[in-house]
Amino acid sequence: MLKVRVIPTLLWKDFGLVKGVAFDSWRRVGSVLPAVKVYNSRDVDELIVVDITASNEKNHPDHESVADFSEECFVPLTVGGGITSLEDVLHLLHSGADKISINSAAFSDPQIIDATAGRFGVQCVVASIDVRRFDDGSYHCFSHSGTQDTGKDPVEWAKELVSRGAGEILLTSINRDGTMQGYDLELTECVAKSVNVPVIASGGAGNYQHMIDVVLQAGASAVAAASIFHFTEQTPAGAKQAMKSAGIPIRQNFLSLNNK
Amino acid sequence: MKVAIINYSMGNLSSVRRSFEEIGADAVIANHPSALYEVDRIVLPGVGAFAEGMAHLNQGGWVTALHDVVNLQNKPLLGICLGMQMLASKGYEGTETEGLGFIPGEVKRIDLLGCNERIPHMGWNEVCYKSKSVMFDNIPEASDFYFVHSYAFVPTNSDNLIATVNYGCELTAAINSHHVFGCQFHPEKSSKAGRQLLKNFMSYSAC
Repeated sequence: MLKVRVIPTLLWKDFGLVKGVAFDSWRRVGSVLPAVKVYNSRDVDELIVVDITASNEKNHPDHESVADFSEECFVPLTVGGGITSLEDVLHLLHSGADKISINSAAFSDPQIIDATAGRFGVQCVVASIDVRRFDDGSYHCFSHSGTQDTGKDPVEWAKELVSRGAGEILLTSINRDGTMQGYDLELTECVAKSVNVPVIASGGAGNYQHMIDVVLQAGASAVAAASIFHFTEQTPAGAKQAMKSAGIPIRQNFLSLNNK
Repeated sequence: MKVAIINYSMGNLSSVRRSFEEIGADAVIANHPSALYEVDRIVLPGVGAFAEGMAHLNQGGWVTALHDVVNLQNKPLLGICLGMQMLASKGYEGTETEGLGFIPGEVKRIDLLGCNERIPHMGWNEVCYKSKSVMFDNIPEASDFYFVHSYAFVPTNSDNLIATVNYGCELTAAINSHHVFGCQFHPEKSSKAGRQLLKNFMSYSAC
């Protein structure tokens, strides 16, 4: 049986590790490389690293930095930010990324999903969707780090992305991002029900119960989180123990028999 | 102890090299078959399709060199993912293709083997031991490893089956015959459990 994953998300801006609230008021919380090392030494399930300025500043992904991160990463590594072409994807995979995450480019050129999946396989295509909830309860997908309203409905967009070859959906609630008030369960459930690929819930985790809720109530296959790990004493290992107690299948941290 | 990682233009090798470095091994990327004669251990990694992988191995002159160093010089060989599948006699990905033939068996798409789950099989999944092997020394039963594959190895002799993984049906996770080892999962992406497996491969000695 496949395990439910706990994935720290590392947002990266001008070489620094940052974290914001609702995709704004970015605060520097350290450097990326040491964070990659620490999470690896703690035996996390997977890492997501996103360059949050690349799309807005029309930069290509910085594959040299990615090569440095991957050198220290012994679990699957997903890289996002600024990917606009198959060439960008190729450079990132060659630099050691296992999966690439595409967001903004999919709106202007949805073919990039088909092309990437066709050439490199669906297993390396993570389609990232950033969603803002409006006061009337409606949801819209936003591109360019939450700055541009695309008008698209997240469920319809997720279905299209999967039909084009997305192997996973990384679903982030902009409203909940950095608030630590819990995942948007309604949003996650709607999307998870409508696609047959794993949905990674993101945005809002403030405690372990939030993670348990989004898996058991909303059907997420993985939970991504940043603030909870940067700003509190809660850890991915702690999250997994809590999830295990709630009956969720998780990957046990490895314990060598000769160290027991 | 020196280990060569075969570069036959099928995917990124740096994570495999880094994993061996992490356990203190002297790891080199082998760009030419002659390098295999100068090392103690050989790793055949790989991401991609069986037919394409075998074509690259044949064109690069790796097949002859591999048979030489593995069969005649008895150097331990570890195949990872596609590299493990190519140890088989035959593969059916794309067209029917002859494999390296180190371990008798065939490689088939997992839905044809009874898997009714989504393909590819991707993610952390636990292995179940079938027979004892040095490969899993110091690794507790049911440890999780990281899998990404759509095809699986069906060994002809059950003696060669070391571990399985359950994904809608029982699939081969690891195989072994004498000094030839193969794992379907990626030890280089399987964190500490994967590191232990690579350590076991490096410390293996035929006796």
